[in-house]
Amino acid sequence: MSPRAAWRLEALGFSQVYDYVAGKVDWGAAGLPREGTATTEETMGEVADANVPTCRLAERLRDVQERVRATDWDTCIVVNEEQVVLGRLGRKALAETADVIVEEVMAEGPSTVRPTATLRETLERLRPKGNTTALVTTSDGRLVGVVCLDR
Amino acid sequence: MPTDATRADVQRLFTEGAQLVEVLPPAEYEEEHLPGAINLPLKELSRQAARRLDRTRPVIVYCYDTT
Repeated sequence: MSPRAAWRLEALGFSQVYDYVAGKVDWGAAGLPREGTATTEETMGEVADANVPTCRLAERLRDVQERVRATDWDTCIVVNEEQVVLGRLGRKALAETADVIVEEVMAEGPSTVRPTATLRETLERLRPKGNTTALVTTSDGRLVGVVCLDR
Repeated sequence: MPTDATRADVQRLFTEGAQLVEVLPPAEYEEEHLPGAINLPLKELSRQAARRLDRTRPVIVYCYDTT
């Protein structure tokens, strides 16, 4: 629909017309703010804490453990240079004493939720499974943040 | 010819003064739209309706997705 609108505006004499082809879906999936009657409920994108510690695959676990201990977090998200989530270090991995790199002890492919999911429906879905945190990523896998479900 | 814009382009252009226009029907706009967007539904995009826009500034149109 937007390509036709863009051409129509050009036909009406507008010379600087841009078409955001990916539209509302892309905007919402990135966790960006929206306005309107359907946006009164809190979404995961809004409540996610972006300060969760992150690390890279090839980092020494000891260095990461030290960094995480300096915070009040008990998890660390493994991302690449594009901030795409590759894995996660949980309590067990963060207590590991062997001299290894992150890749060897991380949990592969952690479950994620989209920023557009509401906090209410996510709590209803994940709490019965015993999950205490939810990892929020964009539709292209980039880290938005983490939501603690037991607070 | 209209230029395709990415999410990053939209954020930058809007900050620079571009006008953001949702071309979906009013009910869908009311439900949810990008902050600062106005609603000019495609079906009502006449010469008259376009007067709501400033011709000297860039215009970004969007709908739901690529459909």
